[in-house]
Amino acid sequence: MTKIESKIPEGPLAQKWTNYKNNQKLVNPANKRKIDIIVVGTGLAGASAAASLAEMGFKVKNFTIQDSPRRAHSIAAQGGINAAKNYPNDGDSVYRLFFDTIKGGDYRSREANVYRLAEVSNSIIDQCVAQGVPFAREYGGYLANRSFGGAQVSRTFYARGQTGQQLLLGAYQALMRQVNEGNVDLHTRTELVEIVIVEGKARGIITRNLITGKLERHFGHAVVIATGGYGNTFFLSTNAMGSNGSAAWKAYQNGAYFANPAYVQIHPTCIPVHGEFQSKLTLMSESLRNDGRIWVPKKKEDAEAIRAGKLKPTAIAEEDRDYYLERRYPAFGNLVPRDVASRAAKERCDAGYGVGATGLAVYLDFKDAIDRLGRDAIEARYGNLFQMYEKIVDENPYETPMMIYPAIHYTMGGLWVDYELQTNIPGLFAIGEANFSDHGANRLGASALMQGLADGYFVLPFTIQNYLADDIRTPRMSTDLPEFEEKEKMVKEKFEKLLSIKGEHSVDHIHKELGHVMWDFVGMARNKEGLQKALDRILEIKKEFWTNVRIPGKADGINLELEKAGRLADFIEIGELMARDALNREESSGGHFREEYQTEEGEALRRDDEFAYVSCWEYKGDDKEPVLNKEELKFEFVELKTRNYK
Amino acid sequence: MEKTINLKLKVWRQDGPKAKGHFETYEVKNISTDSSFLEMMDVLNEQLIQEGKEPVAFDHDCREGICGMCSMYINGHAHGPDEDVTTCQLHMRKFKDGETVTVEPWRSAGFPIIKDLMVNRNAFDQIIAAGGYVSVGTGGVPDANAIPISKEDADEAMDAASCIGCGACVATCKNGSAMLFVSAKVSQLALLPQGKVERARRAKRMVAKMDELGFGSCTNTGACEVECPKGVSITNIARMNREYLMAKFKD
Ligand SMILES: Cc1cc2nc3c(=O)[nH]c(=O)nc-3n(C[C@H](O)[C@H](O)[C@H](O)COP(=O)(O)OP(=O)(O)OC[C@H]3O[C@@H](n4cnc5c(N)ncnc54)[C@H](O)[C@@H]3O)c2cc1C
Ligand code: SF4
Ligand code: FES
Repeated sequence: MTKIESKIPEGPLAQKWTNYKNNQKLVNPANKRKIDIIVVGTGLAGASAAASLAEMGFKVKNFTIQDSPRRAHSIAAQGGINAAKNYPNDGDSVYRLFFDTIKGGDYRSREANVYRLAEVSNSIIDQCVAQGVPFAREYGGYLANRSFGGAQVSRTFYARGQTGQQLLLGAYQALMRQVNEGNVDLHTRTELVEIVIVEGKARGIITRNLITGKLERHFGHAVVIATGGYGNTFFLSTNAMGSNGSAAWKAYQNGAYFANPAYVQIHPTCIPVHGEFQSKLTLMSESLRNDGRIWVPKKKEDAEAIRAGKLKPTAIAEEDRDYYLERRYPAFGNLVPRDVASRAAKERCDAGYGVGATGLAVYLDFKDAIDRLGRDAIEARYGNLFQMYEKIVDENPYETPMMIYPAIHYTMGGLWVDYELQTNIPGLFAIGEANFSDHGANRLGASALMQGLADGYFVLPFTIQNYLADDIRTPRMSTDLPEFEEKEKMVKEKFEKLLSIKGEHSVDHIHKELGHVMWDFVGMARNKEGLQKALDRILEIKKEFWTNVRIPGKADGINLELEKAGRLADFIEIGELMARDALNREESSGGHFREEYQTEEGEALRRDDEFAYVSCWEYKGDDKEPVLNKEELKFEFVELKTRNYK
Repeated sequence: MEKTINLKLKVWRQDGPKAKGHFETYEVKNISTDSSFLEMMDVLNEQLIQEGKEPVAFDHDCREGICGMCSMYINGHAHGPDEDVTTCQLHMRKFKDGETVTVEPWRSAGFPIIKDLMVNRNAFDQIIAAGGYVSVGTGGVPDANAIPISKEDADEAMDAASCIGCGACVATCKNGSAMLFVSAKVSQLALLPQGKVERARRAKRMVAKMDELGFGSCTNTGACEVECPKGVSITNIARMNREYLMAKFKD
């Protein structure tokens, strides 16, 4: 087994980042101009990194599959962003944010990384305000906060229900300013399809122009992957339709470790599935749990009557309602972390108390909050979410409780990176949701935006210099090098192969099949038998895909089916690795719940003596089993404890 | 309870920017009224693929009304007949069984057609690049609470900032003007102390870029406001005109 070097700096926890910055190598301004950095992705992580690096003087090439950087998936984040400002004076601190994140992640993340995240969180808020992000404010003119799952303090900053939009627009505007100044070469509607390695270092990428279909070569002294998560492996998720795991997967196939693929987050508050043509699931922000109370009927016959359309939820008396989160977890109540809330909903529905036409839904009720605060106050807080719900479900949530059910939302796993956010391939970095770094086995609400912007504004722009400082004498390379040539040829052949199959099933058809297998066996609750079955089924799906997919059109020009096919080919592989990782991890931690490992009360049972490690999967070839390497997690500053939200 | 409908679709098909386009008629059956318009288009595309034909190209991503990518002109309305929604949030319960539905791309000089229902909206990025920001680099900024901002201003800035850059305003305007989009950004930043410093320069540069890119001028018809899925108000246009005049006055 290879030894995993995480490069954690020396010193006490609170001094590590400062020590690192004091001792790292920097690139001087004259040399920065001679260095090209490729940033793939324009979400919060990619846009903030590209803008910051360009401001520093590097030459940046930035890529996105959408028609504009402003449309990256980050735009959809609703609820908010955490920071340890302690403006409400409720006892928050950098340490507490660090501790909550470690605990929320079920002790499966690296202490030093998480502490740094908490440390830079405050600068993010300062930065965004300076950019003109219109965060919510109190009448006194100061910033407002709310609380989110897994925290007992109010540390979440928000811009109505559109926080991701406002933060992304801030980063996008900073990026466009650099585009205007000629420091960023922006490529929209352009997809990374391969990574080029020269003498062991990442030196470029191959892209497909999504309009012309042309394959293009790009050189960079370093390559940064900021392409988001792989939640769409499940077909139905809260992710945008274009979100994909392909860039991370290409990195893996080129030798980068894929860490903790099994750690997937299921979000408890999504609009339930309505039918077989459903294309995506819509999240109802977790912030709703601040004021909404979650319940199902206490009596099975009531639940049955509701499912049959004979009874309305508003007709059920208070004493016949089971506020099961408040009952099971009195200390945190409706604000328990996402994994706990999701499993509790599944438990009630599996037991026969679910509502909605399918029985796969629970209520999120605002009646008490409306009685207490008035309809106007609730509208001011959640107006756009209520409107969205009503447009989709055709019911008015001010009058009848919302229906929600868990759905795939976020992937904690991703490319393995060290403290410098560098993968094990020199010169290849990964930031944002694409890496595995800070959330362990479960991410707390409002922490993804924080991490993406921490990585992009405040961490990568420094740590990447420690690598680039040794590269200042490397001249820009020609993209005629055989390494580029070879990768382009490989990609071309792959697309030709896909187009030549001319089978019976559309890409979506096969993707839905994969999604069902993933949801049934690699979803909210997993067990050995099911996971083995999943591995077999995924293999069949892979075969089906490569022999029976139907892709109309050609490789030239716009071919949306070909784009989707390329991504699905990788989702199938990712799905397999997720199942493999879930099978290996014989414990329950965070978003990973193995039915064999639970307490008598049905709570997750972690096994620290055997599994306090990051699984780092290493690619060995298409038809070979990957090798598992382990990064042992050392807890020097916090004590490993069973999470308790009771 | 689930209901299904059958529809006749007249869809604009166009191979490329220079190709001649035409309407194609299709039928779709058993569409659940709970599904979204784009899910109905998915059904159509699945059908076309099964028939060995090329699916209809259209832009979309988030499918929850926030990325601004979806852009269909349905029965003569940008984003279709429902109010305050994007195409992806439009639901089939708004249509009647047997109805004929016409689906077209945005049509405007500023947004050339790429293929079928897909258009090129890069002009919006160029307008933002011309000045739609606060010129601040990463780091070295004051504490977020150093400058109080009245809740009123913050809320009003947020209203303007809700623009999703979809371009429905341009597609709706008979002059093809981008004033609603531009004024929303100018207003947001002019309302906040952080953006006030550069307000004159910003308004001038963004307007100049808009004119340069071939968008028409605004004659205050107010049509844009009606079709804007995010309810961005034309009071922003009035504010921008003030900003612009002030900037010119200073010259
Ligand atoms: C509905 C929803 C609500 C959420 N709400 C919150 C919240 O309230 N608070 C919070 O903290 N987090 C929230 N999250 C999570 C958070 O939004 C994401 O984790 C985060 O925005 C990811 O940012 P990113 O920059 O890493 O990636 P993304 O925003 O996913 O960006 C990926 C970028 O990569 C590009 N890309 C992808 N593949 C390729 C390729 N092959 N080639 C070229 N470019 C490519 C895309 O074009 C895009 O620009 C939410 C997530 C969802 C789904
Ligand atoms: S102003 Fe409204 S219609 Fe125009 S781009 Fe913005 S959101 Fe779309
Ligand atoms: S697909 Fe994003 S707004 Fe419609």
